[in-house]
Amino acid sequence: MPKEEVPDLKVIAHMQGIRKRFPGVLANDQVDFELREGEVHALLGENGAGKSTLMNILAGLYHPDSGTINIRGKQVSFNSPQDAIKVGIGMIHQHFMLVPSQTVTENVLLGLNDPPFIINLKDYDDKIRQLGERLGLIVDPRAKIWQLTVGEQQRVEILKMLYRGTNVLIMDEPTAVLAPSEIEDLFLTLRKMTAEGKSIVFISHKLNEITEISDRVTVLRRGKVTASGINTRETTREKLAELMVGREVLFRIDKKPVKPGDVVLSVENVQAENDKNLQSLRGLSLQVRAGEIVGLAGVAGNGQSELAEVITGLRKCTAGKICIHGQDTTNQSTLTSIRQGVSHIPEDRTHVGSAPNLSITDNVIMKNYNQQPIGMGWLINSLAANRFATKLKDEYEITAPLINTPVRLLSGGNLQRVILAREISSKPKLMVAVQPTRGLDVGAIEGVQRLLMQQREAGAAVLLISEELEELLSLSDRIYIIYEGQIMGEVTDGDIRKIGLMMTGTPLDKIGKEITEEDGK
Amino acid sequence: MDMSIVLQAGVATGTALLFATLGELLAERSGIMNLGVEGMMLLGAMAAYWVSAHYGVPWMGVIIGMLAAGLISQIHAFITINLRADQVVSGLSLNFLAAGVSVVLGEGLNSIKGVAILPSFTIPLLSQIPWIGKIFFTNQGILVYIGYLVFPLVWYFINRTRQGLHLRAVGEFPAAADSLGINVYRMRYLYVFIGGLFAGLAGAAISLSISPGWFSEKTTSGEGWIAVGLVIFAQWNPIRAAFGAYIFGALRRLVLDIQGPMMILGLANPFYYNPYFGFFLQMLPYAFTIIVLVLGSREAIKKRIGTPAALGIPYIRGERGM
Ligand SMILES: Nc1ncnc2c1ncn2[C@@H]1O[C@H](COP(=O)(O)OP(=O)(O)OP(=O)(O)O)[C@@H](O)[C@H]1O
Ligand SMILES: [Mg+2]
Repeated sequence: MPKEEVPDLKVIAHMQGIRKRFPGVLANDQVDFELREGEVHALLGENGAGKSTLMNILAGLYHPDSGTINIRGKQVSFNSPQDAIKVGIGMIHQHFMLVPSQTVTENVLLGLNDPPFIINLKDYDDKIRQLGERLGLIVDPRAKIWQLTVGEQQRVEILKMLYRGTNVLIMDEPTAVLAPSEIEDLFLTLRKMTAEGKSIVFISHKLNEITEISDRVTVLRRGKVTASGINTRETTREKLAELMVGREVLFRIDKKPVKPGDVVLSVENVQAENDKNLQSLRGLSLQVRAGEIVGLAGVAGNGQSELAEVITGLRKCTAGKICIHGQDTTNQSTLTSIRQGVSHIPEDRTHVGSAPNLSITDNVIMKNYNQQPIGMGWLINSLAANRFATKLKDEYEITAPLINTPVRLLSGGNLQRVILAREISSKPKLMVAVQPTRGLDVGAIEGVQRLLMQQREAGAAVLLISEELEELLSLSDRIYIIYEGQIMGEVTDGDIRKIGLMMTGTPLDKIGKEITEEDGK
Repeated sequence: MDMSIVLQAGVATGTALLFATLGELLAERSGIMNLGVEGMMLLGAMAAYWVSAHYGVPWMGVIIGMLAAGLISQIHAFITINLRADQVVSGLSLNFLAAGVSVVLGEGLNSIKGVAILPSFTIPLLSQIPWIGKIFFTNQGILVYIGYLVFPLVWYFINRTRQGLHLRAVGEFPAAADSLGINVYRMRYLYVFIGGLFAGLAGAAISLSISPGWFSEKTTSGEGWIAVGLVIFAQWNPIRAAFGAYIFGALRRLVLDIQGPMMILGLANPFYYNPYFGFFLQMLPYAFTIIVLVLGSREAIKKRIGTPAALGIPYIRGERGM
């Protein structure tokens, strides 16, 4: 018998030869993964590369088809997440698992055996507050979850795991939903945790975050490891991108000069309410011309989603006027706007952008099901529909086993490609894209951005709503800044200082003074 | 017509409503709506009366009545939890099934004479309190007194205990509960069962205490349906449920009693002279249930009154993109 390697004491978790197959895909193929004590280990890979699958296996949610898991040198086999939590492994998923109507403390205590019967919340409130303060996880233990921001909810998820004595914390794309300042706070917390000897697996697509926070990186491509635990300091963003995509990735999109044409979209003094019946657009006006990408920058929740919905006919405006190609489409149905050549890439991919239980085919024909050759009077020509779907699947490189796979089984990037395929193939005159690259890998982002550029070159008007300033700056011809439902001003030279000031509520005409005052000092 | 006597009888009637409402409330808090309350009550009433008639031990009747209703509720649990069928359809079927079984098995029960029923008594000191003492603590059935204790306990259980916390989580966000090791299916079975036990208790309270006897489906005369409405009216809060149950109990008594006297407040009593007015009154509780059910099913209202978010939705583990 060959002598076993002496386990390195500092290795906490070691996964070897992990293989996991789902119907039609090999999500993990002979994957090795090693996690050491006190490190932040980044897991990188394209959409659908198998990152979530691998970590779901480590967290006990899935059972691997083959392969072994060793925790501190001892082989384990998990049948449920509880088994993993018992040996100190906890995972925070992309979708938070918090009960909205319960308080922070109640959520933390959920599922535990202590206290046995009667809960005196006050005692636990203090305990949880102290635990949070130690690690910079500031959140009011008595607050109900629905009252919290996304960042605070994430802190509750972390607290939930720490309270259970977790020392391996797996975070699946934790920064995808956070504002920049919240990301800083999260990183501070992560550093405090590693200082206490805890280990963190950090899944992300954002290379700059990975180089900032991680000690080592493992890269997956199509279920296989392409780089195993390399030191972050010894690599570069470019090299990582190449490892995950398998080719060189261009971080700069080159912008061909296009002369803007006629005004396609004109929004005049529009007012609208949000879902809570509060005024969310307060007299907003903007214009988008053919052949230009106009960015809309702003902190989330300042009326961006409402604006997109008002333009595409999903929300009524209470005042003002919206014209597309000079035609008044104010408060018309979505069908009218589709006929006018408006396409919409909504923020919520799974509920607004697609029908999760329907196939790729059904999802891509949603806009042209009633037109020749797919629509034949009352009937749908399924041959033509399948041909159309197959064509789009190839053209837009949608990775999926079959065209009749329900889209809920697709990875985030591929789902976005399905939506893009549908929206772009309708040859839009106006495209409203909300956070089109959120949660996508660098390769996919490059693809989406290139598609938007092509739309611009083809003479479409594009309104790009995004929270990624970098993306807005590299794609847009002009940028409007929205704050509390109003346009603060317009920037054509990409002046970040001005954008920042407007994003926090200073109108453009007041900025001139402030900046000169500052410079004068 | 002595108002305090009407209210006294109303509290007794309200006790049956209270038990049924609390049971349905617990089941709904776990995410399962059971529209079979009326049928389960009938089964409980019949089984309890049957046992007492044959063995002469009313307490044993209460327990058997509760168990019978609890067991039949598990059919609904299986159909909605495992087979994931529509809860409304399954609940309605359960209602017909349980009511049918009760009517068939209860055949001839009403001809048995001298069936032992549960004791009624007056509480010494408390009954001296003016008004309240007369209404709540004088000559009431023992289950009425138990009712006073049960609803605060149910409230405390839901809001202040670990098991209650888990119950709320299962009804609001089962995936979160599941991810922390709470067995969602088992919890739902358990609370549907508890809902059945309570419905059986409500039925037994009627047949062995409040208006003793077996009058086939007239025994419960639609109180199960009112209980379903009351759960929504109470916004899933046991304290509010108790208020609602006692108020409706009193109203039901009033509807019966107001048709008795020829004169009310020195005027001719229209309900005495025109039977159609009486029918109209009798209809009101059902109209209430329908209105509450319709209003309570509106999405905006659901949010505001705190409907358990997962009510009516079957739970499937690990469903991606849901
Ligand atoms: N429960 C499941 N059933 C069927 N297929 C699945 C399931 N979970 C994942 N897959 C498939 O396995 C592959 C890997 O998915 P996984 O979610 O691990 O990717 P990922 O690297 O996390 O991607 P993303 O960055 O988009 O989150 C994908 O092709 C996906 O469609
Ligand atoms: Mg993933």
